[in-house]
Amino acid sequence: MNFYGMWAIYRFEMARWARTLFQSLVSPVISTTLYFVVFGAAIGSRIAHVEGVSYGAFLVPGLLMLSLLTQSVTNAAFGIYFPRFVGTIYEILSAPVSYLEVVLAYVGAAATKSIVLGLIILATASVFVPLKIAHPLAMAFFLVLTAFTFSLLGFIIGIWADNFEKLQIVPLLVITPLVFLGGSFYSVDMLPPFWQKVTLLNPVLYLISGFRWSFYEISDVPVGVSIAMIGVFLSVCLAIVWWMFRTGYRLKS
Amino acid sequence: MAPLIEIKNLAKTYGNGFTALKGVDLTIDKGEILALLGPNGAGKTTLISIVCGIVNATSGSVSVAGHDIVRDYRRTRGMIGLVPQELTTDAFETVWATASFSRGLFGLAPNPAHIEKVLKTLSLWDKKDSRIMTLSGGMKRRVLIAKALAHEPQILFLDEPTAGVDVSLRKDMWNTVRELRESGVTVILTTHYIEEAEEMADRVGVINNGEIIVVEEKAELMRKLGKKEVVLTLNKPLKSLPKALAGFDLTLTEDGSKLAYAYATTGKRTGITRLLDTLAAQNITFSDLDTVQSSLEDIFVSLVEDGR
Ligand SMILES: Nc1ncnc2c1ncn2[C@@H]1O[C@H](COP(=O)(O)OP(=O)(O)OP(=O)(O)O)[C@@H](O)[C@H]1O
Ligand SMILES: [Mg+2]
Repeated sequence: MNFYGMWAIYRFEMARWARTLFQSLVSPVISTTLYFVVFGAAIGSRIAHVEGVSYGAFLVPGLLMLSLLTQSVTNAAFGIYFPRFVGTIYEILSAPVSYLEVVLAYVGAAATKSIVLGLIILATASVFVPLKIAHPLAMAFFLVLTAFTFSLLGFIIGIWADNFEKLQIVPLLVITPLVFLGGSFYSVDMLPPFWQKVTLLNPVLYLISGFRWSFYEISDVPVGVSIAMIGVFLSVCLAIVWWMFRTGYRLKS
Repeated sequence: MAPLIEIKNLAKTYGNGFTALKGVDLTIDKGEILALLGPNGAGKTTLISIVCGIVNATSGSVSVAGHDIVRDYRRTRGMIGLVPQELTTDAFETVWATASFSRGLFGLAPNPAHIEKVLKTLSLWDKKDSRIMTLSGGMKRRVLIAKALAHEPQILFLDEPTAGVDVSLRKDMWNTVRELRESGVTVILTTHYIEEAEEMADRVGVINNGEIIVVEEKAELMRKLGKKEVVLTLNKPLKSLPKALAGFDLTLTEDGSKLAYAYATTGKRTGITRLLDTLAAQNITFSDLDTVQSSLEDIFVSLVEDGR
């Protein structure tokens, strides 16, 4: 293993983040606060409890997932897209690093960033609602695995995209709707039966459900199913990345 | 001694169907400076990119120090430093950070003393804390060289290293390359400045349309392909060439005042003595005699034109 090589890429990515730390952290904190004000305070005053948990507290895992997923995807996508765009990717391609090492470094850096962000949002949320985390280890497990999986998805998008529009359209058009419709703001029980079935097709539902379970022990689907779904999603992403590198897809001509 | 780099029947067809390399064979020895010449689009960058791992070959093989560049890529890439043709650098990083990054990327432990030495050699030391985007084009080119040298490569590929570099810096750069060669580094450079190849290279390769037309020791190439001319300035201009001189490859200038005789330097006999004897017999006298040797540039132009 070329540890120095992986470390160099990881540090490079983290330095890039540090340069824009303020934007990177402040905007998600502000938007999370806004969600709390609008959904938690305004709507929450009318919806007292969901399955025994105050609506404000019920929101926290969903909001966290929303930030975690979008930030992981955009961060990782940008991280690999940019060197392709400006051409500095030549150095990575000519270096004695394996594809696995490249992926681990980029995806690891993107995941680190979104985990830090997730923790900051969690801290922000605790200002608004009393938090209770029933299973901290499970919570950390979901946090890390989700950050990693969606950073991997972002990495794929960053290699696939050949312009900035494509780079932005996936998080905007795919991730955000999936999170909104995946039970971030409501329990699936609240939907009519038909839509409950449709919602089960949404992979993000399983993430949010499992994540919420680690907080409050309430879930839309069994926890085991949630973990299995992340596993499936991770495997699909890994397979795609493996194929991309094997064929040199959009990296090597 | 086995060659350091062995390129065998290397071909590349790009995704759009364009064939940029058509079966290139080339061997490069340890410690030499090889200059690759060729017009725009000849395939120089493609060839270098394949050896460095940036472009996949369509067929053929490349080995570096006996290791295959695909199977043993860690070994071969670790030995190679590349300065790309395009000025592709990060913008916000400092010179120091980007050189240290390159060293790490190639799997080496940090060594500030080495980075310092490289930056000093390339006159970048006082810029070490500047962000790359604040540097001039010539400085960025040197930053790329510093990055390529950061991991102490044994082989250095320089793809048009002196494009956009001012005259005095170009001389500095030549000296740097010579010093590198003296320390045992093998250098492969491409250039459009033929004087550069003439000045620097031990061997010269010419690529045209994806094929190597010739690879020779520079001196040998000039001897083999070079033509010499004797130019005589006549005392009395001639209207036309006398019949007695018909057997010689002669050209008369328009005003008839100069007579040029071209001869191959490779032949056993140059024919100069016979020419002078004949001239004396014809009572043609001359006031001056010059010899002109074709430069590498002339050789290059004639080679590439033959290939068209
Ligand atoms: N990615 C690519 N896809 C398709 N064709 C390409 C690609 N890269 C290069 N080519 C073509 O391959 C040929 C060789 O290009 P290459 O860059 O190797 O030339 P070169 O000898 O380095 O030229 P120059 O002196 O201009 O740098 C050119 O005709 C170029 O258009
Ligand atoms: Mg080129």
